Amino acid sequence: MTLAPARQPAVRLALAARSMAGLGVMVLAWDLALYMSGAPLLPRPWHVVLGMAELLTRGVLLKHVAASLFRVTWGFLLAVAVAVPLGFLLGRNQRVGKALAPLIHLLRPISPLAWIPIAILWLGVGDPPAIFIIFLASTPPLALAAMNAARNVPQVYVHAGRNFGLGPRELFLRVLLPASVPELLVGLRLTLGIAWLVVVAAEMIAVNSGLGFLIVDSRNAGNRYDLVVAGMVLIGVTGLLLDRAVVRLARGYLRGRDMVGDAS
Amino acid sequence: MRSQNAAKRLDVAAPTPSPPSQAQPAKLSVAGLTVTFPVDGTHRTVLEAIDFECHEGELVCLLGPSGCGKSTLLNVIGGFLKPTQGQVLIDGAPVTGPDPRRIFVFQERGVFPWLTVEGNIGFGIQHLPAEERRQRVAHYVEMVGLRGFERAYPAELSGGMKQRLEVARALAVGPDMLYLDESFGALDYITRHNLRRELLHLWATERKTILFVTHDIDESVQLANRVVVMAARPGRIQRVVDIDLPYPRDISSARYLRYRDELLEELGLAHQR
Repeated sequence: MTLAPARQPAVRLALAARSMAGLGVMVLAWDLALYMSGAPLLPRPWHVVLGMAELLTRGVLLKHVAASLFRVTWGFLLAVAVAVPLGFLLGRNQRVGKALAPLIHLLRPISPLAWIPIAILWLGVGDPPAIFIIFLASTPPLALAAMNAARNVPQVYVHAGRNFGLGPRELFLRVLLPASVPELLVGLRLTLGIAWLVVVAAEMIAVNSGLGFLIVDSRNAGNRYDLVVAGMVLIGVTGLLLDRAVVRLARGYLRGRDMVGDAS
Repeated sequence: MRSQNAAKRLDVAAPTPSPPSQAQPAKLSVAGLTVTFPVDGTHRTVLEAIDFECHEGELVCLLGPSGCGKSTLLNVIGGFLKPTQGQVLIDGAPVTGPDPRRIFVFQERGVFPWLTVEGNIGFGIQHLPAEERRQRVAHYVEMVGLRGFERAYPAELSGGMKQRLEVARALAVGPDMLYLDESFGALDYITRHNLRRELLHLWATERKTILFVTHDIDESVQLANRVVVMAARPGRIQRVVDIDLPYPRDISSARYLRYRDELLEELGLAHQR
C-alpha cells in the first residue's frame, strides 16, 4: 500500500479492464451457482440490477445513500475533532500519554455494536445514536494513529522549530501537524473505512433510513433478497468511492513532498 | 553544474578571513560542564568537566571519535539539553534554551519536506513584513545557489542542495552563531569539499561565529581556526590545536599535512613507526 505516482492513461485503462474482468468472473460464478443449485430465495445478479432500478424509480436509492453518508460524515468529523488533538496530546506529552493510552487501548476492542443499547438509552432513536456509535468506533483508532504520527515526527524537525523560536502553539501548527500529515492521512483513511462499516450496522437498529435499514427492512418486508443484495452492492460501491476520494486528496497533498503516505 | 559554478566563483572571489583577535572577551564560554545520563540505574558520564572558549568570529571544530559526546556538547550549547553541572555562557549570559540568534544546522535531513525551498528559507522570518521577507528569501536563495529551485520541494533536491538550503534557512534569521552538527557527513566527497569552501566563503562574508562538530580530521584542518580534540568515555577535551594556516587552505602543503598528522596522532590513528 504505497502511494504510487499517477499512472499513464493507457496503463490505467488496462488496470481498470483487469479489475473489471475479475468482477465479471465473480458475477458469472454467482449466477452459475444459483442457476445450478436452484436456491429459492437468493437473487441472481439480474434480479439485483432490477431491484436497484426499482429503488431508483421509487426515489429511495439516493435517499438511503444520503442518509448513511450524512451519519458517517458527522460521526467521522466529530471523531476527527476529538481524536486528532487528543492523539497529539497523547503522543507529545508523556504524562498524558501514560495516563490515557491504556484507556484507549481498553476501549478499542469493545465492538461499537456493544454500545448500541447504551446509545439508544442515552440518545433515543434516530440519527443521534447512529452518529454517536460511528463517533465511538472512529475515535480510538484515529486517536492512536494521531498519537503514533505525533510520536514519529523526527526530533530534528521539533528541534529546528524550537530553534527558530516557536512556542507550543506555533510548533504544533507549523511543525508537528504538517510533519505528521502523511501518517495521519493513513489513519484517516482506515478510520473512514471503519466508520462506513459501522454506520450500516448502526442503521439496522435505531433508524428508518440508510443502507443498513434498507437491508433489514427489505428482508422483513416480504423477503426481498434482491433488495438486500442491492443494498450490499451499494454499501460496497459507496465505501469504495469514499476510500478513493480520500486517496485522491492524500495524493494531491503529498505529491512532490516526498512524504510518501501509506495510501494507494 | 550549479555547485561547480559556485565553487569556481568562490575560488576567485573568496576573501581570506583573518584570524580573530584573542584579546576580545569570549563569545562563548563553557565552564566545568558535566553531563550524566541515567543508564540501568547508574549514571553514565557522557561529558566530564568541559572547559573551552570561543571568540566572536571564530570557526571552532569539535573533533573526536563517535561516542565522545561532541554532539551532546553541541546540544547543550544549543540549549536543547540541560547540563548536569557547569554552565554555558554566550555574551556573558547563561544559555537557558534554544534561541533564534544561534541556529543549529543538522545534516540535510533537517529541512522541512512539506515546505518548498522558499518556504524553508522563510520559515524563521514569518514575523517580518512580507516584502522584506521576500527580499531576504531571494537573497539567500541566490547566495546558496538555489535560484530556479524556489518552488521545489526538498525531495526534488540533491543532498548537497538540501544542505545548502538548511544553511540558507539558518542564515535568513540573521543569527550571530551557527552550530553545525556533522552537517556534511552524509554527503559525497566532492560535494562535501565544495560545501566546505562555500561555508568558508559565507563565514568570511557574514562574519558568524561557527561551531562545527565533526569526526573528519581533514574537515577540521580545512575549516577551523582551532580544533578542540575530544576523547571518549567519558567525553572530555584532550587538547586544543590552533590551526595557523591562511585561507583558502592548500590541502597538499607541508604545513597542512603536519597539522593533519598531529591530529591523527591525537586521535591515536597515526601510522605506527
